[in-house]
Amino acid sequence: MNSPTRNERDERPFVLVEKDRGALRIAALDRVAAGIGLRIGMALTEARALWPNLEVAEANNEADTDFLRRASDLCDMFTPLVALHGRDGLILDITGCAHLFGGEEAMLGRARRRLAGLGFTTWAAMADTPDAAWAFARYRRNRIAAPGEEKIHARALPITALDQPIETTLALSRAGFRILADLADRPSHLLTARFGAGLSHALRRVLGHEDIRITPLRPAPLIVAERHFAEPLAHVESLLGALERLAQDIVEALERRGAGGRAFEASFFRSDGAVRRVMIETAQGTRDPAVLMRLLRLRIDTLTDPLDPGFGFDALRLAVHRSEPLDAQQSTLEGGTAPAEEAGEIAALVDRLTVRFGRENVRRFVGRDTHDPVRAGGSVPYLSGHAAAPFPAPEPGQPPARPLTLFEYPHLIEVLAEVPDSPPLRFRWRRVLHEVRLAEGPERIAPEWWREASGGGDRPPATRDYYRIEDANGHRFWIFREGLYEDSTARPRWFMHGLFA
Amino acid sequence: MSFAMRRIPDCQVHAAPGFSLAAAVLHEFYASADADGVSLTALALMLGASRGNKAKLWIRHEALASETGTPYPAGLVELGFDPTLLLFVRALDVPSALQAGLEGARCKALGAVIIDIRGEARAYDLTASRRLALAAKTSGVPVFLLRSGATVKASAAETRWLARSAPSRALAAKAPGQPAFHLTLLRARNGQEGAQHHLEWNRDAQRLENRFAEGEAGYGTRPDDRSAPSLSRPVVPISLNRSRPARDEQPHAQRAG
Repeated sequence: MNSPTRNERDERPFVLVEKDRGALRIAALDRVAAGIGLRIGMALTEARALWPNLEVAEANNEADTDFLRRASDLCDMFTPLVALHGRDGLILDITGCAHLFGGEEAMLGRARRRLAGLGFTTWAAMADTPDAAWAFARYRRNRIAAPGEEKIHARALPITALDQPIETTLALSRAGFRILADLADRPSHLLTARFGAGLSHALRRVLGHEDIRITPLRPAPLIVAERHFAEPLAHVESLLGALERLAQDIVEALERRGAGGRAFEASFFRSDGAVRRVMIETAQGTRDPAVLMRLLRLRIDTLTDPLDPGFGFDALRLAVHRSEPLDAQQSTLEGGTAPAEEAGEIAALVDRLTVRFGRENVRRFVGRDTHDPVRAGGSVPYLSGHAAAPFPAPEPGQPPARPLTLFEYPHLIEVLAEVPDSPPLRFRWRRVLHEVRLAEGPERIAPEWWREASGGGDRPPATRDYYRIEDANGHRFWIFREGLYEDSTARPRWFMHGLFA
Repeated sequence: MSFAMRRIPDCQVHAAPGFSLAAAVLHEFYASADADGVSLTALALMLGASRGNKAKLWIRHEALASETGTPYPAGLVELGFDPTLLLFVRALDVPSALQAGLEGARCKALGAVIIDIRGEARAYDLTASRRLALAAKTSGVPVFLLRSGATVKASAAETRWLARSAPSRALAAKAPGQPAFHLTLLRARNGQEGAQHHLEWNRDAQRLENRFAEGEAGYGTRPDDRSAPSLSRPVVPISLNRSRPARDEQPHAQRAG
């Protein structure tokens, strides 16, 4: 796959350079540059000496990878299993997919046309193993071997098709090996002894004796339903209609497995190559197409960047990424609200809220097994699998020992009347003077020294003495003093940490 | 005896099993001052908790985080709530808080919906409150709308309360006691405007109890209380039907002095 083509009328050779082994070297070049004898790896100074009018730009690997990822998104419509290969290759596992596109040749043609739409010049091939496909794409260029002839063609490939390090290739060519057949006819243990097991594995894979699975960019979904349209659909409503039929298919598949989906993803493939993905998660296993469609519609309606049909969508996919066992449901007689039904209603509410307000904003409370009040508990997204420590039961008959709310960063308060080792008599917080009427304490809470020191310095974090206090107006606060009076190095400071009911 | 007649309303207050508000309607709580925001939250959670083991939806305006802090599960437990029954939604603005509240008010399985917002919210108007009230009526779920840092304005709420925290009854060694609140009914459909309630949270019984009326002995000392005209009363308070929980009945063993 080459970089996007530039204006063809521009006849100046164009190269991309990057720094390699202490010099600027050519990393990529266009057809004109290749035609005049420049090659990848040549130093820029050398190239400039040959062609002073060379057009040069710096290679941007990150942008290249991003662009390659866009291309991989586009290929996602052919199969969910797409992997990047090197800096300019894509490998697709199309096992069992070709018939959907009218056979291998038609599929290859369609993929190349779509990539051409993004501005790519492509070389493509199909073979039994990923390595063989890679080698064919590079050395046979867009020809599909007839069934059974693949091995014959593979044997005729040059040894560079093994994609080995340059030293290995050089050593092989110096030993007189030119094509793979030369290697394949030798006993493999000789090659392994000289070049390591990697070479003989690569050889076996290119020749189709050994297969390997690709590692796809995106995890393979559990269940997939998809639909390709002969004509791109430009109306969101008709698109949703098609999505509903896919939801029906998904639900049938889930029913057969006795499972309910927890995470769904809808992918919209636009004809110009853009792909939009919409993800929804549910609090309980879901197998109801109506519920699924309602959540998807809600998600699509609340997208900050709405679904833009542009020239239309030509493919649609609905996938289940996570599921859990789900038994067939039996509704209660008399329409009574069984506890399970109530739990189901709550779960449905969680789903709707999560879809509308985001996963991070719908939360549940969890406790943690620690005595440090800052770490003792908080909230986590409702749909996260975070396990909670049980909450300790409060002491009966006692007033609350912990505040209802906590400030993330305790507020420094100005203490006006201080008594050593007891709470202040008066203090100022947010410019309001509070007269302390009642107080209880201290409750000394030492920091958990086995964790990272919060101060970050050599000094261990200071011990805190907490007081529960009530002011003359009936407001109850949780304040603490940091540091001890005996400690002469630093004056103790007072902080407001939380508010009681 | 004239003083006995005066005390009868107090006795009725004592006889009430616990303070509760009607389900299936919208209740509004206004904070007397900014500092009372956390009391509103606590009151609504308490009123929700007394409705049994049902999940509650608690929507909190993100602007409150800097004002009164973030909810603390250990503190929820200390007030006797089950944090696992609370479904918490962080709302970035008032419209989304109301939207989430409406979504919750339509869900019959909930025990209560608490919408905790801050500031003069233009989004909370007559239409928005009517929508909430209607959803509550249909589902039977009470909706508590809490407003701090806002002036009172017209709405479709069934009741509207002005709330603040009240001085607690001190425990031994001058330790702060159980959470106490003072409520004034600003508006009610049944025309009991102006009614005052002095409530204390009984965590072990999971209910808000009417305490003693203002001005009674044992009531926290507030400057304005002292300025109230002192009534003729017996030196030793006589209770007619049941004894007022006296200070001696408090457990003697305190956690810390």
